[in-house]
Amino acid sequence: MSALLTVEDLRITFPTRQGPSEVVRGVSFTLGRERLGIVGESGSGKSQTGRALLGLTPPPGTATAKRLEFDGIDLRSASPKQWRALRGGRMSMVMQDPKFSLNPVMTIGRQIMEALAFHGRSSHAEKKARAMAMLEAVQIRDPERVFRAYPHELSGGMGQRAMIAMMLVTEPDLLIADEPTSALDVTVQIEVLRILDALVTDRGMGLIFISHDLRLVASFCDRVLVMYAGRVVEELKASELDRAQHPYTQGLMNCLPKIDNDIRPLPTMTRDASWAL
Amino acid sequence: MTALLDIRNLHVTFGAGPDAVQAVRGVTLKVAEGESYGIVGESGSGKSTVLRAICGLAPTSEGSILLGGTELIAPRRADFYRRVQMVFQDPYASLHPRHTVDRVLSEPLAIHGFTDREARVERALTDVGLGPSFRFRYPHQLSGGQRQRVAVARALILEPRVLLLDEPTSALDASIQAEVLNLLDRLRSERGLTYVMVSHDLAVVAHMCDRLMVMQHGQTVEELTREALRAHAATTDYTRQLLTASHGYTKAAS
Repeated sequence: MSALLTVEDLRITFPTRQGPSEVVRGVSFTLGRERLGIVGESGSGKSQTGRALLGLTPPPGTATAKRLEFDGIDLRSASPKQWRALRGGRMSMVMQDPKFSLNPVMTIGRQIMEALAFHGRSSHAEKKARAMAMLEAVQIRDPERVFRAYPHELSGGMGQRAMIAMMLVTEPDLLIADEPTSALDVTVQIEVLRILDALVTDRGMGLIFISHDLRLVASFCDRVLVMYAGRVVEELKASELDRAQHPYTQGLMNCLPKIDNDIRPLPTMTRDASWAL
Repeated sequence: MTALLDIRNLHVTFGAGPDAVQAVRGVTLKVAEGESYGIVGESGSGKSTVLRAICGLAPTSEGSILLGGTELIAPRRADFYRRVQMVFQDPYASLHPRHTVDRVLSEPLAIHGFTDREARVERALTDVGLGPSFRFRYPHQLSGGQRQRVAVARALILEPRVLLLDEPTSALDASIQAEVLNLLDRLRSERGLTYVMVSHDLAVVAHMCDRLMVMQHGQTVEELTREALRAHAATTDYTRQLLTASHGYTKAAS
C-alpha cells in the first residue's frame, strides 16, 4: 500500500508564560487509502494533530516535523499558494459542529459552489449540478430546498451532511474528520457515519477520524492510534482493540458503562506518570 | 408503591398562539423513595424539560407534579429546594466564574439560614472527594471533573432527598465520567437518595438507574426496567434503534 500521507516526529508547541508548552510530542504515522482513527481525551493533542496536517495550527503555535509528506509533496515547505490548492481541493476537513463551521450568511448551495469555483473552472450550471448531486449523495431527501437554505434553517444532522457534501464535492484524496458526529444524536450519528463510510469506500479516499469515543472509532475504522498527553501511546488494528497492551487504552475501554453487564463501581484509571513521559 | 415523586400527565408549552412549542406532551411517571429513575431521549425530546418542570424552571401548563403526596405550587417554596436539588449538564456554564468554591457552597446555606456553614462546606467537599484544600479556588482553577464534583457538592449541601441530574457527565471525558458516576452511585447508597437522571446515553442510564423511560417528541415511548433493557426486551422500534446505536457503528443498514 503506497502511503498517501507520511508524518514523522510531528511536534506542536504553544508559547505560554511558563515557557513553551509542547502539546503534540513526536507523533509519527503513515496513512494509505484507509480509515485511521485517532482517539484520545481532551487535551491529548488529537485535534491539533489533525489541524497541523492542513497547516492550520493556530498562531502563536508552531508545528514542526521531520517529515510531513502528502502524496509526494513536502508540506513543511509548501508555499501559501500550494496550501490553497491543497486545502479543500485534495485534502479537506469536516469539523465538529455545523453550527459554527458553516457560513451563516450564505446559502448551503452557494457555499458548496464556492468550493468548486475555487478548485477548477466550470460553468455555473455545471457547478450547480455537481452540488445537487453531492447533496443527494449525502442522502438529503430534499436537495432543492437544502441548496437554497441558510445553515440556521437546517437541523444538526442535516447541517453536518451539508458540510460533508461541501468537503467531498472537490473529490479530495484525504478527508480529516474531527469529531464529525459528536454534536449529533446517536441514531443520526450512525446515519452520517454510514454516508461517510460509503463515500470513503467508493472514492478510495484516505480518512482520518478524530474522536474521543473509543467504542465508535473501534467499530468504524481499520486502524486506531491512541493518544495521551501529546503522544501516541498505542497503535493497533481496530478489530484487535480487546487485545490492547497499554494500560491507558485498557482503561479507556473498561471505564465505559455497558448495558449488558453491571460492574460497580466502574473501573477508573490511575494515571501513571510514566505514560506522559 | 408509595411514590415520592408523582408526575401526572405533565404538559409544558413555551410561547402561545401559532408559535407555541409543546416541549412535553403528557408525561406520567412515578419515582419511589430511594429509587433511581432515568429518562433517555435525543435532543428535543423534552427530557430535560421534564426535570426543569419538576424544579420549577419550566412552566407546568397542564397536569400536576406531586412530591411526597402534596402538589407542588408555582413558584416553588424554599422548603422545596431543601428536598429537591439539581445538577446541571455543563460544569463550565453552571458555576459562577468569579465566585470561589466556598462562595458557591455557602450561598444555599445562607439562603436557608444554616449557622454551621464552615463545617458543612468542608464536609461537603470531603464527601465528593475533593477535600478542604479546594475551598478557596475559582472554577477556572479546576478541571471539568472537579467542577462537576463541586456542582454535586452544591446540590447536596442542603441534604436534599431528591437529586435531579441533567446529563451530569456528558461534558466530561470517559475516564472522568466513570469517576463521577461512581461518586453519584456511592452517595446514593450511603444516603438513600432518590435520583431522576436524564441522559442521551443509554449505557449511562442503564448503569445508574433501576427503571427508565424513553422519550421522543415530548412523549413517552416506553417505560422499562434495567433488566428488560439488558434482555433487549424493548417493545418499540425506537428503543431498539437506540439500543443498536449505543453498541457503536454497524455497517449494514436494514
